[in-house]
Amino acid sequence: MIYFWVLTIVICAVMLGSAIMALYHKSLAVTVIAAGLVSLLASILYLILAAPDVAMTEAAIGSGLSTVMFFYVLRRMRGGENG
Amino acid sequence: MVKKIFALIALAGIAFMLWGLFKSYRHQETLPRTSRYYAQKGPDELGSANLVTSVVVTYRGLDTLGEVTILFSVASIIGFFLKSRTQRELKAEGFRETSELLHTSTAFLVPIIFLFGAYVFVGGHLSPGGGFQGGAIIASGTLLLFLATPTASRGKTIISLVESVSGVAYVGIGIAGIFLAAGFLDNRILPTGRFGTIFSAGAIPVIYSLIGLKVGAELSAILYKLKDAKEDE
Repeated sequence: MIYFWVLTIVICAVMLGSAIMALYHKSLAVTVIAAGLVSLLASILYLILAAPDVAMTEAAIGSGLSTVMFFYVLRRMRGGENG
Repeated sequence: MVKKIFALIALAGIAFMLWGLFKSYRHQETLPRTSRYYAQKGPDELGSANLVTSVVVTYRGLDTLGEVTILFSVASIIGFFLKSRTQRELKAEGFRETSELLHTSTAFLVPIIFLFGAYVFVGGHLSPGGGFQGGAIIASGTLLLFLATPTASRGKTIISLVESVSGVAYVGIGIAGIFLAAGFLDNRILPTGRFGTIFSAGAIPVIYSLIGLKVGAELSAILYKLKDAKEDE
């Protein structure tokens, strides 16, 4: 039981850290990766909370597909990284 | 400055709403009435081993239809606004040659990924997973294909055909439920079978397979459009 508590707290801390990084990092590529990391850790959290169905959706769509879609969009706005 | 004040006000509003939710939270030892009904009657009524699936596909099937509709409208809006490059423009742009490693691993992995996606949505009534998850896994396989061959343009017709056929069949099964069973999207138009086997739970595996195909085709179509999009308008 104590193991799950520690794991949950560590995951939450890393999630908060990467969410702040997603907001404030200078490079947009790094922020997209950080946002994907938030989703990936959220899916682990769902698994700990005994919701495997939600965890699968979050892992596949949140951290997989949406990250890639952000990269496609990033390529389209080449030259306007600050805009 | 004004912007910051607005952000602070919005933040305070969200904090207020969440505080109300937090304060009204009481730890419950028993399930609320609706959940108790689902948990106790669900397996006998619908015959699905995964209770989440029986709620998502049958008890709250209308919500799932709504989600599929939202995804469909998103895909059509993206297709409407993005101009795609022609095949010649794609070739002219001259993509960097993809590496041998990516090519080989794609040829090896993509069939396995597709198979796993199909397993996830076909077995959605037995184990965790279902249409949306399986569809997303299939779309990630398609993505790997696109990464290996950026100039590819085959399969567009198949994707749109699968998408429309499965969408129509999904609604058709829903309407069949009105006539053959208790109501729209009722799964008991087919026999519920033996609990825990692959051919059980009535129409749930059929509906979830159709949703999986539709979601997979839809997300693949979105990826296709983003891949072929023109750089500037």
